[in-house]
Amino acid sequence: MSSNLINKIKLLANKKVNIMEVCGTHTMAIAYSGLKSLLPKNINLISGPGCPVCVTPTPIIDSAIELAKKGLIITTFGDMLKVPGSNSSLEKEKSNGNDVRMVYSCFDALKIAQKNPKKEVVFVGVGFETTSPTIAATIKTAEKEKTKNFSVIPAFKVIPPALKVILEQKNLKIDGFLLPGHVSAIIGSKPYQFITEKYKISSVITGFEPSEILEGIFMILKQIKTKKPIIEIQYKKVVKKEGNPFAMKLLYSIFEESDSQWRGLGIIKKSGLKFKYKYKKFDALQKFKTKLKNAKEPVGCLCGKILTGTVKPIQCHLFGKKCNPSNPIGPCMVSSEGTCAAYYKYGQ
Amino acid sequence: MLVRSSWYELRVIMCLAIPGKIISIKDKIADIDFGGIKRKAGLDLLPAAKIGDYVIVHAGFAIQILDTKDAKKTLKMLKNIKIK
Repeated sequence: MSSNLINKIKLLANKKVNIMEVCGTHTMAIAYSGLKSLLPKNINLISGPGCPVCVTPTPIIDSAIELAKKGLIITTFGDMLKVPGSNSSLEKEKSNGNDVRMVYSCFDALKIAQKNPKKEVVFVGVGFETTSPTIAATIKTAEKEKTKNFSVIPAFKVIPPALKVILEQKNLKIDGFLLPGHVSAIIGSKPYQFITEKYKISSVITGFEPSEILEGIFMILKQIKTKKPIIEIQYKKVVKKEGNPFAMKLLYSIFEESDSQWRGLGIIKKSGLKFKYKYKKFDALQKFKTKLKNAKEPVGCLCGKILTGTVKPIQCHLFGKKCNPSNPIGPCMVSSEGTCAAYYKYGQ
Repeated sequence: MLVRSSWYELRVIMCLAIPGKIISIKDKIADIDFGGIKRKAGLDLLPAAKIGDYVIVHAGFAIQILDTKDAKKTLKMLKNIKIK
């Protein structure tokens, strides 16, 4: 079936098109399966900003490190541990004897808090709309079970406003978007309407198997050919037009939109989430009076530009030399969804 | 063969969610079978899920029910694609 699709893609690919895969999991799947080598040269796949660890700015890492040094239990997803802050990383702080723990779910962090009632437990909350509802559900449980020693550093991001910034870039022309499957499982297709209505860019919400990605590319090319850009759903087995309204309602009962800083993209309006007033006691930054301080990006690291699709990893002088998975300089090499990590592990 | 073996090895990836079948439910927590491996997941985001449903699980919570009918439809559509 896949070779059939590739032939059909070849027939449609009669001019150069730039297709951005927004989600880091797509980037990894494309690299892992070697899809690029099978596609015609006219199709230029560009990695986007959809790696939550990568877009988390250094001040968030620095604040988590600061709290770890104060003796709090810091919990987060595995990928966050190695990300370099200004002077250290959570992994280094762990080896210095501070209590830093990796969890699979925010709910596991809540359980750690309940088992250690005399200690404060902080969850470093990164992720997009796939992840943030799981944190909202955990906060709801913490509220119900009156857990007072649990809080979250809210560093969540919302995808659609970032795509708007990508489309406004003058040095990169996008012809189509492979939109993220699991973010869309929560938000549905409506929040992307501006992409086709205002910018007239073809877009397909796509699954993560290589055959699904090929189908997504094919659907984009077909839209380009017929000059009818719409938000199509390839990943219908999981994504409904309306998304998961229950999860969205729960999410926005705990959080509200706020301006947020993205690595590489700067501050984007209404692209982050902060705690609503009623739940601000769960905001670790407020609870421990921690202010986010400006921080410099690692010298020579092009992660920010890679996240906007304007530079590819091989154009970075550090890539594969000073910067590699065992000694990552920037987060694009750290995260298992990072573009640099994908290029390093699987080649071009 | 394009489709490589299993995605389970990449389970820690943050946006990757994996499908499994609900085998029992107790207090909004489901036991889920991921092809022989059993794990618990919260149903807080998917209260309508029931035993026998295939769900997509992300970071310890089920986030969406898998629509097997639609999945089959997609496969059929793929087979019938024609390029003029």
